[in-house]
Amino acid sequence: MKVYADNAATTKMSKTAVSAMLPYMENIFGNPSSLYSIGQEAAEGVYNARLSIADDLGCSPKEIYFTSGGSEADNQAIRSAAEIGAKRNKRHIVSTAFEHHAVLHTLKKLEKEGFEVTLLDVHENGLVTPEQVEQAIRPDTCLVTIMYANNEIGTVQPIKEIGAVCREKKVTFHTDAVQAVGHLPVNVVDDNIDMLSLSAHKFHGPKGVGVLYVRKGVYLSNLIEGGAQERGKRAGTENVPGIVGAAAALKESVNNLSESTAKLVKLRDRLIDGLLEIPHSVLNGDRESRLPGNVNICFEGIEGESLLLLLDAKGISASSGSACTSGSLDPSHVLLAIGRPHEIAHGSLRLSICSENTEEEIEYIISEVPKVVSYLRNMSPVWRDLQEGKKSYVIQ
Amino acid sequence: MLYSEVVMDHFMNPRNVGTIDDADAVGEVGNAKCGDIMRIYLKINNDVIEDVKFETFGCGSAIASSSMATEMIKGKPLSDALSLTNKAVTEALDGLPTHKIHCSVLAEGAIKAAVKDYYDKNGVKYDTKIFKDIDHEHNH
Ligand SMILES: Cc1ncc(COP(=O)(O)O)c(C=O)c1O
Ligand SMILES: [Zn+2]
Repeated sequence: MKVYADNAATTKMSKTAVSAMLPYMENIFGNPSSLYSIGQEAAEGVYNARLSIADDLGCSPKEIYFTSGGSEADNQAIRSAAEIGAKRNKRHIVSTAFEHHAVLHTLKKLEKEGFEVTLLDVHENGLVTPEQVEQAIRPDTCLVTIMYANNEIGTVQPIKEIGAVCREKKVTFHTDAVQAVGHLPVNVVDDNIDMLSLSAHKFHGPKGVGVLYVRKGVYLSNLIEGGAQERGKRAGTENVPGIVGAAAALKESVNNLSESTAKLVKLRDRLIDGLLEIPHSVLNGDRESRLPGNVNICFEGIEGESLLLLLDAKGISASSGSACTSGSLDPSHVLLAIGRPHEIAHGSLRLSICSENTEEEIEYIISEVPKVVSYLRNMSPVWRDLQEGKKSYVIQ
Repeated sequence: MLYSEVVMDHFMNPRNVGTIDDADAVGEVGNAKCGDIMRIYLKINNDVIEDVKFETFGCGSAIASSSMATEMIKGKPLSDALSLTNKAVTEALDGLPTHKIHCSVLAEGAIKAAVKDYYDKNGVKYDTKIFKDIDHEHNH
């Protein structure tokens, strides 16, 4: 059986998105800036996509800026807030320790440029509180940037409440909603959001297309200089098919949201319960405040990359926060941020499902993972020491 | 593919996995913090490695190099085992991705640690320089 369970990494494009895009690749190939009809038809495609996405987020189409993806949107949002902050002598930014690297690395660079960054501690359940944000905001704070939902452990932050704190303190609030949009009901007005990043390939749209929402009146500067596209804020000929596909995919996700959420939550909970039957395993991230498709579990005594390779051999695609899968020497900064010790963080497994996954697939995962975990434990010196009482279990 | 066919073969079907109850020497390097640990058990007769088993906590590269290294020293004199390099193991595996080389250095270190254990247990005199790298082999 083949089971794709890495939808937080990327998703398969929906048929709706593909068929929406095709005409813009085959026939309507004009440049939206050209005034002849084939150009104007392309411009209309982009315009309609903008309207559609604005409608899905609850904003005006003038507040939508298309980018090359979530990373660019994050970079542009943070850089803009920092730029206007610096002009006003405000060089302090509040964020969290478990943001995506698109945010964390941008903040690191700003620190080198003289900004001060407060990274809030994340609680063991993978959540930060509005109170933490409130306490961290200072008179010189120019930006609060906190992700809507975490890409590894799937925890959903109290964004609306955090946004309210920022409004009250008159601090710009950006949220990386790359994992949330299309998976949770997101409304930028209700949620008190000033800037929001999203990425189409996380909700069955094309890769390389993102959106930055910027509330009217909030300062935005360019990362990319050039032509006057995106009202002068993001130069470069529009990725017309990508933009059209993004809008089609989002509309479909939003329309099916309640149905797919109901289905996913059932599958997810079955998967969590099934896998937690494995001794000395623990769920990462709050069980309730959690993306409908995210499961993330640590198994004591084993390493994640070998787990992934063996699961791949059984047809299961998943991911892990082990050092050896990240290509760095440390395990996932997210798992470390919620207080998992290194040796446990190396043994994590993330399964992220979508509504195309079936009950049979979930049962298949539940039957295969325990076999692979015991196989690896049986060749692990760490597991032997735990079993022989030479070390004590971290996960009871 | 991230890994060569040889690596995948040794990862999927590792040789010499397990323990030796009456081992003459045991060596271990790495720690769980950095994500790789290898423990090696040797049965030694007349300075020849008669049997070898290993246990590894680690990634595909760590497990495959453990397996390959044990194959390379089985039946060989201790002096051969001592001269086994990480480079030789990597070459026998048909190469490893650059960022994975550090996971394979375990094997060389664990073998050295086991031989040192044997020498220590049997009062064999040796030049401590041979073993100076053991603890630092995997210091990321
Ligand atoms: C939370 C989060 N932010 C940002 C990104 C980056 O998005 P993109 O791949 O579109 O640049 C991702 C996806 O990898 C993500 O999960
Ligand atoms: Zn490794």
